[in-house]
Amino acid sequence: MVPLVSQMNPDASTVAAGAPIEVDLTPIAEGQDIKVFWRGKPIYISHRTKKQIEEARAVSVSSLPDPQSDEQRVKPGHDQWLVVVGICTHLGCIPIAHEGQYDGFFCPCHGSVYDTSGRIRQGPAPTNLAVPPYTFVSDTKIQIG
Amino acid sequence: MSGPSDFQPTNPALKWIERRLPIMGLMHSSFVAYPTPRNLNYWWTFGAILSFMLGVQILTGVILAMHYTPHADMAFKSVELIVRDVNYGWLLRNIHASGASMFFFAVYIHMFRGLYYGSYKEPREVLWILGVIIYLLMMATGFMGYVLPWGQMSFWGATVITNLFSAVPYFGESIVTLLWGGYAVGNPTLNRFFSLHYLLPFVIAGVVVLHIWALHVAGQNNPAGVEPKTEKDTVPFTPYATMKDMFGVSCFLLFFAWFIFYMPNYLGDAENYIPANPAVTPAHIVPEWYYLPFYAILRSIPNKLAGVVAMFGAIIILAFLPWLDSAKTRSSKYRPLAKQFFWMFVVVCIGLGYLGAQPPEGIYVIVGRILTFLYFAYFLILLPLLARIEKPRPVPNSIADDVLAKTGGKPAPMVSTVIALMVAGGLLLGGAESARAAEGSTKPPAQKWSFSGPFGKFDRGAMQRGLKVYKEVCASCHGLSFVAFRNLAEAGGPGYSVAQAQAFASEYKVKDGPNDQGEMFERPGRPADYFPSPFPNEQAARAANGGAYPPDLSLITKARSYGRGFPMFLIDFFTQYQEQGPDYVTALLQGYEDKPPAGFNLPEGSYYNTYFPGHAIKMPKPLNDGQVTYDDGSPATVAQYAKDVTHFLMWAAEPHMEARKQLGMQVFVFLILLTVLLYFTKKKVWANAH
Repeated sequence: MVPLVSQMNPDASTVAAGAPIEVDLTPIAEGQDIKVFWRGKPIYISHRTKKQIEEARAVSVSSLPDPQSDEQRVKPGHDQWLVVVGICTHLGCIPIAHEGQYDGFFCPCHGSVYDTSGRIRQGPAPTNLAVPPYTFVSDTKIQIG
Repeated sequence: MSGPSDFQPTNPALKWIERRLPIMGLMHSSFVAYPTPRNLNYWWTFGAILSFMLGVQILTGVILAMHYTPHADMAFKSVELIVRDVNYGWLLRNIHASGASMFFFAVYIHMFRGLYYGSYKEPREVLWILGVIIYLLMMATGFMGYVLPWGQMSFWGATVITNLFSAVPYFGESIVTLLWGGYAVGNPTLNRFFSLHYLLPFVIAGVVVLHIWALHVAGQNNPAGVEPKTEKDTVPFTPYATMKDMFGVSCFLLFFAWFIFYMPNYLGDAENYIPANPAVTPAHIVPEWYYLPFYAILRSIPNKLAGVVAMFGAIIILAFLPWLDSAKTRSSKYRPLAKQFFWMFVVVCIGLGYLGAQPPEGIYVIVGRILTFLYFAYFLILLPLLARIEKPRPVPNSIADDVLAKTGGKPAPMVSTVIALMVAGGLLLGGAESARAAEGSTKPPAQKWSFSGPFGKFDRGAMQRGLKVYKEVCASCHGLSFVAFRNLAEAGGPGYSVAQAQAFASEYKVKDGPNDQGEMFERPGRPADYFPSPFPNEQAARAANGGAYPPDLSLITKARSYGRGFPMFLIDFFTQYQEQGPDYVTALLQGYEDKPPAGFNLPEGSYYNTYFPGHAIKMPKPLNDGQVTYDDGSPATVAQYAKDVTHFLMWAAEPHMEARKQLGMQVFVFLILLTVLLYFTKKKVWANAH
C-alpha cells in the first residue's frame, strides 16, 4: 500500500531540482520587481519604494483577513525587499504585480487583491501570499530554499 | 437479466455453447424479450444515446492515444500533428473533443428526465446511485482529458482544479503535491492524467453494466410512473425499443455532426490553442461548459473550504435524492407543484452555468449566491416539504390506461422537444463564450471570408498573396512552426505544385546535423522541413522585441477570439459564424492609430491599437501601403495585405478545413436519409402498439 501511494510523490530528480537557488539583487532598481522560478513556482522579488513600504505599514494589522504585520513578512534590515511566492492562495493562479487598488498584486482568475506586502486585502483568497524560505547571503544576494 | 430465459437456439453448435455458457439466452432475455413499458417517450432514448457515446469516445480515444505523446514538451505539438498529418486525424480529434460535450449534454438530459419522472424512487435507488457514480467518473475523465492537449486552458484548468484539494484542512498541501508529483502542475501530472484518462472510461463501462443490470432487475420507470401490471402494459424490447432508440441515436448524430464538421471549436476555448505556459495566467480561467454550474457554486461562496465543500456537495446531494423526496407519486406529471418547481430548478441550473462563465465580480457574485441557495433549497427544503404538503392528482390505473387516454390527444411533442433541447443546450454551451469578452477593446467588424459557411473554400490567390506578405513582413519576428513547406503543395492549400513548394523551400537555410565530424551545418530547405522560426527561443525573441513575445502564427487565427455576447453566440451556432479569430487578426493589422485618444496613457515602447485588448501593443505598425509588391494586380494597400495574410494564416491554422466541410456535407446527406428511413421503420413497427 505504501509504495502504491508513495510513488505519486515528487521523484528523486524532481526533489533534487528543487534545491535552493541564489539570486543576485543588484540589477533590480527601486520600484521594480523580478520573477524567478524555484521548484516550478514563480517567486516575486520586489524592490519596494518608500511609499510602498509606508503603505504596507500604515494599515492596522487586526483589520486584515490574515493578520500579519509587514515586519513579519520581510527580513529585518532589508525592509525594501519583499520576496513572495507568486501563487494566489485561492486556486493557484499567478497574480499580476503592480496591479489592483493596493498597488500590490491582483489575481486575474477570481479577483483577489493583495497589497504591497503581499497580504490579502480583498477577494476569495484565504491567506496572504506565502513567503518562501530565504536568507540574505550578503546585502545584495539571497538564497531561496 | 430478468430471470431464466426460455431462449433455445436450434443450431446444434450454438446449443452446445449455450449449455455451457448461456450467453445467448442472457442477451435474448436482456435485449430482445425484455419487457419495456409501452408508454416510454423520447426522453428515454437518451440511455441508448449515452451507451453509444461511451462506445464512440472509447473507440476514438484508443485511436488518438496511438498518436499522442504524453509529455509536457511534446503534448501540444503531438495533438497538432494528429490534426495536420494523421489521415483523418482532424476528424477523430473533432469527434473525441465534441463527443465529450455531447456525452455530457446527453447525460444532463438523462438526469433531468430521471428527476422529472421520479426514476430514483423505490425500488430504483441503487440504479440512481450507480448513475451518480457514473456521472462523477465522467467528470473526472472529462477533466483529465481536457488537460491532455496541454494548452493554456488545459494547464490552468488543471492548476485550479487540483488546487481545490488544498482546501482540505491540515493535509491539503501534501495531497496536492501527491496529485502533481512535483511542486507544480508539470510533466508528471500530465503523465498520470493520461494514464487515468485511459483507465477511467473502462471503469465507467463497468459501472454502466451494473447500472443496466440494476435497471433490468427493477424494470424501467415510465412517464406515468406506475409499474407494469399485465402483458398489455409492455412491449418486447426488440423490435420496439430497439427501433425507437436507433431513431433517437440517429437524430442525436445529426446534432453531433453539426459540431464535428461545422463548429468544431464552438465549445472549446480559443486560449487552448496557445501552448501551456506556467508563467502566464489567462485573463479568465473557464472550465468546460459542463462544469460551469458547479464552478459558479464554488465561486459564489467567499470561504475557500466552504466553497469546495459546496461544490462537491452539489453533486453528492444527488445520491441522497431518493430519501430527500419521499413523495409517493413518482411522475411529476401528476404532481402540479413539483412540476413547476422542477422547471424552475432547470432554470436555476442553466443560470448557474451562465454565471460560471462570467467574471467573478459585482452583480454576478450576488446572483450566483442567490442561485446557489436556490439549488440547495430545491433538494433540502423544497422536495421534503412538497412530499408532505402537495396533493397529487390521481395516477392512471395502468400503463395501458395511460396510453389509451392519450390516443387521439395531442401528438408526441417531438418538435417542441427538439426546440427546447436546442435552446437549453445552446444557452448552457454558449455560456462559456461570453466569458471571453475582452476588456478594454473594441469588437472587430465582421468580414466576408470565402472560407466561411458550410460550403466555404479558401481563395488560392489570397493565400498566395498572404504567403508573400508573411514571408516579406511577418516572418522577421513571427514563426510559423507547425507549417511545413510540403503543406504548400497539398490539396486544400495555396495551390502550389510540388516543384514550386520544393523551390520555395530551397530558398531557406535550415540547420541540420550533426554530420560525421559532429558539427551542425546549414543546408537548403526541403519540402519536409518546417518554416524556420526567426528566434532560437522565447527569451531571445523577448530580448529582441522589448520584452514582448511575438507569438507563433501557425494557430493565431484559432487562438484569438472575442466575446460575441448574448444572444449572438446562440445565433452563431445556427449561422456557423466562427470567424472571430480571422476578423480579429485583420482588424488588429489595420487598427493602428498614430495618436492615442486624449487621456489614454500609452506606455513607452508601445503603440496604440484600437482592437488590441488594453490598446497598448508592443508591435509597431507592421504594414504600410505599397510595402509588398503583388504580381496579380491586386491593390497594394494595408487593407488588402491584412486580409490576404489572414486568409493565409487561417489555412495555416486549419489546413484540412476544406476536407472537413466537404465530408460534412456527405455525412449530413447520409444521416438525414438514415434518420428519415429509421423514422418510418419505427412508425411501422409501433403502428399496432399505439
